[in-house]
Amino acid sequence: MWRSDRTRVQNPCENDPVNFIRSGNDPMKIRLFVSLAMAAGAALANPHEKILANGLRVIVQEDRRAPTAVHMVWYRAGSMDEVDGTSGVAHVLEHMMFKGTRTLRPGEFNKRVAAAGGRDNAFTSLDYTAYFQQVPARRLGEMMALEADRMANLVLDPKEFAQEIRVVMEERRLRTEDNPQALVYEKQMAAAFQAHPYRRPIIGWMNDLENMTAADARDWYRRWYAPNNAYVVVVGDVAKDEVFRLAEKHYGRIPRRALPERKPQSEPAQVGIKRLSVKAPAKLPYVSLAWKVPVLRDLHKEREPYALEMLAGVLDGHEAARLARNLVRDAKVAVSAGAGYDATVRGEALFVVSGTPAEGKGVAELEAALRAEIARVANEGVGAQELERVKTQVIAAQVYKRDSMMAQAMEIGRSEAVGVHWRDIDTLLEKIRSVTAEEVQAVAKKYFGDDTLTVAVLDPQPLPEGAPQKSVSTGRH
Amino acid sequence: MGATTRLLCACVLGLHASLALAGPKIEHWTAPSGARVFFIESRVVPIVDVQVDFAAGGAYVAEATEDKAGVAGLTRSLLDMGAGELDEEKIADRLADIGARLGGGADQDRASVSLRTLSSAREREAALALMQMVLQQPAFPAAVLEREKARAIAGIREADTRPGSIAAKRFARALYPQHPYGRVPTAESVARITREDLIAFYRAHYGARRAVVSIIGDLSRAEAEAIAQRLTAGLPDAPEKVSLPEAALPLRDTVRVEHPATQAHIQLGLPTVRRGDPDFFPLLVGNYILGGGGFVSRLMKEVREKRGYAYSVYSYFQPQRSRGPFQIGLQTKREQAQAALKVVEDVLAEFLARGPTEEELQAARRNLADGFPLRIDSNRKLIEFLSVIGFYDLPLTYLDDFPRKVEAVTAAEIRAAFRKHVRPEHMVTVIVAGE
Repeated sequence: MWRSDRTRVQNPCENDPVNFIRSGNDPMKIRLFVSLAMAAGAALANPHEKILANGLRVIVQEDRRAPTAVHMVWYRAGSMDEVDGTSGVAHVLEHMMFKGTRTLRPGEFNKRVAAAGGRDNAFTSLDYTAYFQQVPARRLGEMMALEADRMANLVLDPKEFAQEIRVVMEERRLRTEDNPQALVYEKQMAAAFQAHPYRRPIIGWMNDLENMTAADARDWYRRWYAPNNAYVVVVGDVAKDEVFRLAEKHYGRIPRRALPERKPQSEPAQVGIKRLSVKAPAKLPYVSLAWKVPVLRDLHKEREPYALEMLAGVLDGHEAARLARNLVRDAKVAVSAGAGYDATVRGEALFVVSGTPAEGKGVAELEAALRAEIARVANEGVGAQELERVKTQVIAAQVYKRDSMMAQAMEIGRSEAVGVHWRDIDTLLEKIRSVTAEEVQAVAKKYFGDDTLTVAVLDPQPLPEGAPQKSVSTGRH
Repeated sequence: MGATTRLLCACVLGLHASLALAGPKIEHWTAPSGARVFFIESRVVPIVDVQVDFAAGGAYVAEATEDKAGVAGLTRSLLDMGAGELDEEKIADRLADIGARLGGGADQDRASVSLRTLSSAREREAALALMQMVLQQPAFPAAVLEREKARAIAGIREADTRPGSIAAKRFARALYPQHPYGRVPTAESVARITREDLIAFYRAHYGARRAVVSIIGDLSRAEAEAIAQRLTAGLPDAPEKVSLPEAALPLRDTVRVEHPATQAHIQLGLPTVRRGDPDFFPLLVGNYILGGGGFVSRLMKEVREKRGYAYSVYSYFQPQRSRGPFQIGLQTKREQAQAALKVVEDVLAEFLARGPTEEELQAARRNLADGFPLRIDSNRKLIEFLSVIGFYDLPLTYLDDFPRKVEAVTAAEIRAAFRKHVRPEHMVTVIVAGE
């Protein structure tokens, strides 16, 4: 709250994967740093791993700096595993996981965590669903008992469901309906992807939420919430052998279950530019350009995804990067501009550049300026020092991350979610650092044609006459 | 790639300066420059964090015939956009070259400049040299000011279409009609600001005797002493800080603002306590029970869990230099704004009338005392506490006292403190987009 700087234009990005960690930076920046930094693992001195007989993997990072610990349970089920008609069910189930088990009443989970001096929450993404508690380290066993209980014994009471689905609809109103840029993002994803499940919003379409039932949530739970579809990450003041012993005790008895087959649902090739316009109450327009680009599937053989990460860094990896320097500060064509790409996702990847035009400039002008920045890399390449700067950010971010147990747990969890073993995080870092200027130029040349591009524009609508200036003060009531 | 969480920003809930259980050792001294310094040596990660806070927030902008709200924020913003020999691009380049992060901002009380750097000699020295230049030789280039004013105005105009921002601004104005805390930058006030205003504000407020330097990380006390002196020795010769005026209590009022949003944004509250108020701990523990304790608070149970009225509902006290606000906030479907507000008012009235139950009190004390180590388990968290302790003259033993003081709070103290500070006859309610 106190960090908010009224004079800065924020560029809200509500669906950021780490938005629950309220870092004070520009959200676009955070997104880049997370994606780059998770690919950088120099600080991971000691994770240890054990696989239980039921298939649950337990990953422990000992960090003795303070007597606290983070306990996370990750499920390899996110909104991309949903089907039409029940969009949002992964996230709804996440809410319902706090609504009671065979032995715990609704709300009791939070109460037990609070009684242990802890805090807890959960988050759902396109690729995964995760739950966490931050507690005094000596309370870890109790947290495992609670998580193991709801992994196996969740009760989905229709009455509780009927209340909670209303909360989720309020969440959708807050995050998406009344947030113009989030609305643009939602519609852009839906336009860019026609077959791939990334076209559906994580929060779900409102109509799907309105028609969702407890049975839908129950089906989801039975399908995906099995120990062999999950892994546990613990970071903190713990001894690995004791953590493994506790995990065996609490999670070990949950039986393994057969998991459904996952269909790839690949997006057919896009064969022409797509454009869309979104009207919403706002003052400033906004434009977002998303190109289909490769994701990282083979850590060792592929090079292009690393080069695309570096391109995103050259454009928007730090304050001195090109978009802020050239478009915001020099040409003053934008009040804010950003770039984002995440090579490590389960599904397909978009390379997004976006921005808000400055007063007197239009979205067409800004779109041209954003495209010109990529073209400039394609035509002229990038400097050695410029590339070195981005690599420096990656390394520094990796050291800074060691100040936060949560950030370390997130890095391990996110890597594992997309199929990158924590042991390979160092490899990713090395690969990123090995990217050459020629490789960056090559991907800038290759992937930014019109045919794979989806352009979304926010068309701001004035508020109705009188609002918000018109207000009524009713005095005493 | 996206994610959505079960609770938006759990971390704004509750009081900010809740501190430590047998905390780490804080060293304190006054630099020869007159700046007060607070230091924790922490060798676990090879990083150094430095933050310099000045009594130079928005509330220190002098009343004038022409409203120039926004001077404090712009002064702070422009510090690192050209200083000494370096223009803004060179500053950005040098920071990027060493992987350092220069941040900060301005609120109503404080303006801060913060630095995070690797502790290795080359990086640390280069980062501190930049920080020193930014603090002591800001250039406030005219062209940069014009651009930043334009960006600020664009941001304000955009914010004035968002129901949450509208509610926050109306709330501040209604709570503090005659007080600097109620002055909100507008497109007009920002447009009036000149380079001379920034220079004058800087010279009057960025002095060493108004500065608190907080340092934590991989360095020795001797090194910290040298850094604090170096960063503050060349600051303007500004007078010591003056106290802010007392905030009068507003009369009970309801402000309704029309807006087409699907959700109503509701805020209610009043000015309450200063930093250092003796009722802090009863209010902290009581507020945990009322609306600060995340999912286990009364407001969360009644508004969200039982009725599904809102995704987020919270309450907090924000003690400041002058009386900071107590605030309850929520967002709910516009058609049910009145019903949700009624629930909130009933919960508050019940809490004011009867206070917490013994069971609630025990649970709150357990969470706040036992969970204390979570509040100080990173340098990032600790430096914010150093800054608050230093800036608001809280006792150096504050971290160590915290668990004991939490444990000592009684139900009677909570009831008395809430009755004293949360007075319904002075509460203001703002509803944007409600029906």
